[in-house]
Amino acid sequence: MKLNLKIWRQKGPDSTGGFETYMVEADEHMSFLEMLDVLNEQLIHEKKEPVAFEHDCREGICGTCNMVIDGRPHGPQQGTTTCQLHMRAYKDGDTITIEPIRAKSFPIIKDLAVDRSSFDRIIQAGGYISVNTGQAPDANAIPIEKDQSSRAFDAATCIGCGACVAACPNGSAMLFTAAKISHLALLPQGKVEHTKRTSKMVAQMDKEGFGMCSNVEACEVECPKEISTDNIARMNRSFLGSIFGSEG
Amino acid sequence: MSLESNVPKGALAEKWTNYRSKMNLVAPNNKRRIEVIVVGTGLAGASAAATLGELGYKVKCFTFHDSPRRAHSIAAQGGINAAKNYQNDGDSIYRLFYDTIKGGDYRSREANTHRLAEISLEIIDQAVAQGVPLAREYGGLLANRSFGGVQVSRTFYARGQTGQQLLLGAYQALSRQISNGSVVMHNRHEMLDLVKVDGKARGIITRNLLTGKLERHAAHCVVLATGGYGNVFYLSTNAMMSNVSAAWRSVKKGALMANPCYTQIHPTCIPVSGEYQSKLTLMSESLRNDGRVWVPKNMEDVMAIREGKLKPTDIKEEDRDYYLERRYPAFGNLVPRDVASRAAKIATDEGKGVNKTGLAVFLDFEAAIQRYGNSEAISKGIANPSKDMIRKMGKEVVKQKYGNLFQMYEKITGDNPYETPMKIYPAVHYTMGGVWVDYNLQTNVPGLFALGEANFSDHGANRLGASALMQGLADGYFVIPYTIGQFLADEIRTPMIDNNSEEFVEAEKAVAERIDQILSIKGDQSVESFHRRLGKIMWEYCGMSRNAEGLNKGIQMIKDLRAEFYRDVFVPGREDDFNPELEKALRVADFLEMGEIMMADALNRNESAGGHFRSEYQSEEGEAQRNDADYAYVAAWSWDEGGNHQLHKEDLVFENVELKTRSYK
Ligand SMILES: Cc1cc2nc3c(=O)[nH]c(=O)nc-3n(C[C@H](O)[C@H](O)[C@H](O)COP(=O)(O)OP(=O)(O)OC[C@H]3O[C@@H](n4cnc5c(N)ncnc54)[C@H](O)[C@@H]3O)c2cc1C
Ligand code: SF4
Ligand code: FES
Repeated sequence: MKLNLKIWRQKGPDSTGGFETYMVEADEHMSFLEMLDVLNEQLIHEKKEPVAFEHDCREGICGTCNMVIDGRPHGPQQGTTTCQLHMRAYKDGDTITIEPIRAKSFPIIKDLAVDRSSFDRIIQAGGYISVNTGQAPDANAIPIEKDQSSRAFDAATCIGCGACVAACPNGSAMLFTAAKISHLALLPQGKVEHTKRTSKMVAQMDKEGFGMCSNVEACEVECPKEISTDNIARMNRSFLGSIFGSEG
Repeated sequence: MSLESNVPKGALAEKWTNYRSKMNLVAPNNKRRIEVIVVGTGLAGASAAATLGELGYKVKCFTFHDSPRRAHSIAAQGGINAAKNYQNDGDSIYRLFYDTIKGGDYRSREANTHRLAEISLEIIDQAVAQGVPLAREYGGLLANRSFGGVQVSRTFYARGQTGQQLLLGAYQALSRQISNGSVVMHNRHEMLDLVKVDGKARGIITRNLLTGKLERHAAHCVVLATGGYGNVFYLSTNAMMSNVSAAWRSVKKGALMANPCYTQIHPTCIPVSGEYQSKLTLMSESLRNDGRVWVPKNMEDVMAIREGKLKPTDIKEEDRDYYLERRYPAFGNLVPRDVASRAAKIATDEGKGVNKTGLAVFLDFEAAIQRYGNSEAISKGIANPSKDMIRKMGKEVVKQKYGNLFQMYEKITGDNPYETPMKIYPAVHYTMGGVWVDYNLQTNVPGLFALGEANFSDHGANRLGASALMQGLADGYFVIPYTIGQFLADEIRTPMIDNNSEEFVEAEKAVAERIDQILSIKGDQSVESFHRRLGKIMWEYCGMSRNAEGLNKGIQMIKDLRAEFYRDVFVPGREDDFNPELEKALRVADFLEMGEIMMADALNRNESAGGHFRSEYQSEEGEAQRNDADYAYVAAWSWDEGGNHQLHKEDLVFENVELKTRSYK
């Protein structure tokens, strides 16, 4: 299939960017990123600079890939990262617009690559359980109810891709932050530090310049791991000082 | 050069405990003055950096990723082993040790492997304490499953995302140390060389990948946790950025590359679909708990399937060859990886491959769906359930166990594996070889350590499933924090290492020149195209089956390709900019040397062992034939700037296990 690509090109953080148009020949079995590989090989062949984009695992787990495709973070498919998107979702003659995530707290590095280190700093503010190596009791010492553990797991599957921020009109990092807070708070091991953790992480989120959450819920729709906004509700409840975890 | 393994004396089961209690210690006030560089933030690196930080060392940690959480470890799916014996099925430390030695085809060091089995228990405890949501039973206790090559159920897991959850645990521990200042984290910094001062490893040269700036970082010692080199094959299950450069640069500075020919080809991966393919996707080995591997018995059926005239579900039971169950009745579909991969190769070499390229076999879940469906019906007290109901309930159970893998498969192939068997084929997955280290995980360069997949230490010629996560975390959490003291205890009077010394300045200059050289070639071929060609040579001559003639040919082809690379590669962009093509070029340049040493090692090893199968050395039934009299050694290679390589041997001493022919029949 022949495709028209409109891709955002920007030389560096301080340059002004703009769209450029390219033609590329793709195959329905290719992944979206393989289609971009083909484009880049073409550009290199013409001695031009390839489009900078970030990726690594190419199987939807590392959270590195992160572009906005036709206005949607990670493209049109529900629960799918860019690297898992395959060209069978498109047809001959389609025009596809590709741009970087645009959010104040994720400055553009070059073309489609952005800097998401603000996410790391939110975790550093308290997204952990304070246990040193060697201090742990036997793993089966504290039984954890299966469903409870499973809910913690659902929150823990966040890959830190930033699509939620890209989707949010306020550029809020609420879903990302709430997912980590929920993951840890739902486990007995994580309950101890819960209150302190929440306030520290929320403070860092504000400091990084992420916007406020106004319950638009676009984040959940675009999240490739389908992390639920229930986590945000849970976090808000606890942040307001109410008793957390009572819903089990 | 004589290689001293430094394995402590004493009975196997007591070596580690005794050694640990007599080891040199560094007092807390001295730790505060001692700097340690950790390169890599995968399971091995993140756990090491976090723990060394907790102990009070001044740690500087590096990754080329934009965040420590993105290391390749994040992609591990199936699980992590530990000899907890929670299932009461006869597991023990000794059994895990023995399975690992046997699984590795008797080519690993007894003492290291035993230590690994001992430490496995503590890893699970640590992970749970960190909040890693490992799978649980209804009673709230931890669940287990089985992996290949063993007959107990000792694998702990977190759905199909075990690596992700364990890495996030280690990443969070690391984040805690970053926030309290004991670890200084350098993201997007790639190590491009090792710096030695007076023979000791004292620092690294890095490139800031955003600005291109070269930097000199000094410390009292250097820990490499930089992962494996499977991407030398271009197509592999490894993440796209995984590479050998940190290890290879260290080899060029005097470290040794041990057993480079031991490559793990994983039997269950999604087959190659076209020339544009950039990587291969693993379907976790855990699927072989419930999936049955088969090809049609008759060639007519094979052809009909390939042409789309028959569906796999149309093939009658009696016309299917469940070849693993047939050849290996004792282990069936759960034979070790090397055995399962070779069996798939035999089936497709006979022409039985079930996709267009002829390079795929089926992995079928129908029997499991039926079995689980029936037992659900019984446990729910449903009398006379309909066929549809059974399938529906069965699919639900399968979904709970492997849902994300099935989904991943469907996204890539467009086929629904609940309704039609998966098509799978072996792919490069893991490298048992790596930087040579002694019992302390120290290389032959004093002060240089290697952990995780980057070292060669524990898996011999073949790694059992769910053992890499175990090893990475054992090395990082529980081995290096102790053994590093053996080196550092003598360094407490060493002042801060000066990064302006001649050695550092020279090393930086050499890196700058290397970058200049590559950028100034300005040829006509892309880096990617060279990498692809290298991969094809490796797969053809040093893949699932090797022989002397092919290896000699392959070595020459790599030499030629390398020469062509330095003549005709085109790397766009500048050095002082974010330039992914330049990063790739530097990595591929190192792969072009690594590939050669792998072939040289494969050629030297005139036997078949684990993942190294030399077609000249096989039994009548096509099983690997070892030669213990001549090859029970670790082959450790040096490589100088001129490309001359030399073999150094460490004899493997077996005091506890008897070397036998591996049998999974
Ligand atoms: C798809 C897949 C599934 C797997 N599933 C399992 C499983 O279920 N169970 C199991 O036990 N094993 C599994 N494995 C194997 C296992 O995941 C790896 O062996 C293990 O995670 C390696 O960890 P590591 O810490 O040694 O290295 P990695 O996780 O590869 O980390 C390497 C780190 O080093 C850094 N680095 C490398 N070079 C440089 C440099 N030059 N400069 C700066 N930084 C550098 C990287 O940025 C990264 O942080 C799987 C592997 C794959 C590919
Ligand atoms: S919550 Fe979802 S969208 Fe946001 S970072 Fe995590 S995985 Fe990505
Ligand atoms: S590249 Fe890893 S999630 Fe897309």
